[in-house]
Amino acid sequence: MKIENLREAYGKELLAVAREDSRVVALDADLCGSTMTIFMEKEMPERFFEMGIAEQNMVSVAAGLSLSGKIPFVNSFSVFAAGQPYNQIRQGVALPNLNVRIIGSSCGLSDAGDGATHQSVEDIAIMRAIPNMAVIVPVDAEETRKVVRASLQHQGPIYIRITRSLLPALTNRHTEFKIGKMLCLAEGLDITVFATGIMVFKALQAREILSKKGISVRVINVSTIKPLNIEEIFKYTKGVKGIVTAEEHSIIGGLGSAVVEALCDMKIPIKIVGIQDQFGQSAGTHEELLEYYGLTAQSIIEKVEALL
Amino acid sequence: MENNKIKELERKAKIIREGILDCIGIDKKGHLGGSMSSADLVTALYFYKMRINPENPDDPERDRFILSKGHSVLAQYAALSELGYFSKSELKRTKEFGSFLQGHPEVRTPGIEANTGSLGQGLSIGVGMALAAKLDSKNYRVYVILGDGELCEGQIWEAITCASFYNLDNLVAIVDYNQMQASGPIKERYNTGDIKAKFEAFGWKAWEIDGHNMTDIIVALDKTEQVKNFPSAIIAYTIKGKGVSFAENNYSFHNNSLTQEQYEQACKDIASI
Ligand SMILES: Cc1ncc(C[n+]2csc(CCOP(=O)(O)OP(=O)(O)O)c2C)c(N)n1
Repeated sequence: MKIENLREAYGKELLAVAREDSRVVALDADLCGSTMTIFMEKEMPERFFEMGIAEQNMVSVAAGLSLSGKIPFVNSFSVFAAGQPYNQIRQGVALPNLNVRIIGSSCGLSDAGDGATHQSVEDIAIMRAIPNMAVIVPVDAEETRKVVRASLQHQGPIYIRITRSLLPALTNRHTEFKIGKMLCLAEGLDITVFATGIMVFKALQAREILSKKGISVRVINVSTIKPLNIEEIFKYTKGVKGIVTAEEHSIIGGLGSAVVEALCDMKIPIKIVGIQDQFGQSAGTHEELLEYYGLTAQSIIEKVEALL
Repeated sequence: MENNKIKELERKAKIIREGILDCIGIDKKGHLGGSMSSADLVTALYFYKMRINPENPDDPERDRFILSKGHSVLAQYAALSELGYFSKSELKRTKEFGSFLQGHPEVRTPGIEANTGSLGQGLSIGVGMALAAKLDSKNYRVYVILGDGELCEGQIWEAITCASFYNLDNLVAIVDYNQMQASGPIKERYNTGDIKAKFEAFGWKAWEIDGHNMTDIIVALDKTEQVKNFPSAIIAYTIKGKGVSFAENNYSFHNNSLTQEQYEQACKDIASI
């Protein structure tokens, strides 16, 4: 399986769409080497704005650019992109429903060494709670490119969460992508797993192991966490014995919460795999942290088995 | 100041730089550049100026130090271990899973006064501590080290305004003015201009010094104690990566790992100071 760099895919696709659409501009807060807006800066310095380490200003400037007809891509680590300028996003961008794209890079626990201050466990929750805001977590490099491209057609603000870790390619050029559409990666009859981001691959691994035990699991990639496609949730819920959700995020307010909200009137058992209301911490590798916080194929397997 | 006292502080600074290398080790990412540039300032605070007692880390009378540019915490870990807040053997475990030496400062680590790492917040926390000192009629002083890139954050300027409004003469901001941020030189990336003039315009007393000259540093720190009614700012001209030949003024070592060879070279460089 091909392992790819999502940040790099993002940076290169941003440059590609900027070449085609003169409205696209990029803003970064001293992290262009990490967020990979460096490609845009090198090729199109006039449409790249270094904003200094000043995320709040950066977001409001993006609002101004958007109100002047531009499509600004605002970039930083997810804690600093979604957390630091929260009210600038809320009032300046989401309330007027502007076409600002906020890129939360090095999301989740993927900046392992830097620890809790640099790891976002609640960014999906805060962004999801803001009216008008769409929330998208691309599953691989190919989907990252498609999200960037599709975002140009979307009306309203979008928060895009991108991991620092390399991830296996689960989709290809021909895979259909639409904002708000889920992707069934593997069929199954007993349990449906709704997963997002790095946990999608773990869900597929869990499915392999479970199938050897005679348990049949369907794996759905939910890259658009908001607006959540309720019809598809119902469709993939019908006929199975239970639901498992999996995300590299707090169990409070993320994908699991969104699915539970959608299914609250249904009589179906649901289990959530996520971070148990805790901050991150430093570690040598991302994998070590995923293991510690129970963001593993094994956790998914245990939840599935508990439902049967 | 006697010459041998200065020599002793310079010797401590060398130990701090060795400690930074212990924290970084080989093939482990770490903020080498900003830690090395802060090393002399951190040394002067911990080994000359501040009234602290490692035996009693919570002494209510102690001076407070906040590393607002929290990523340079390796310098602080080195200083705290040299002072005996925890064992030196811990340094090698910095940023490893389960270590209490996290990637950024946390109050659970002995000797650390505030959680920082998200840039821009440390000076405001310092304002809070300085206000508390006034409220409680205590004489402790509060020292905050800031990054020059960090000065872009609007909150810093909110804190600067607040400190002068409340006449916080027990608060000292020290800018590690290495003229580099993560993505390159501030002059090319995002220049915050004449820092000294800005602090003064906001009602602070401000000095510019050589942040690697121990005499300069301690003279400036002493001066801040003479100021009444105004907060003090020291703009310390430094070199990012100071002491490690290949990392000096090289922003690619803002947060990077060292190969075995680079690590050995760095150790040699520091040994020859
Ligand atoms: C709010 C926030 N935004 C971004 C970062 C990521 N970051 C860590 S260090 C750094 C550069 C800091 O530059 P400077 O303050 O000049 O420190 P120095 O060059 O002395 O290391 C950046 C952008 C952060 N830690 N906090």
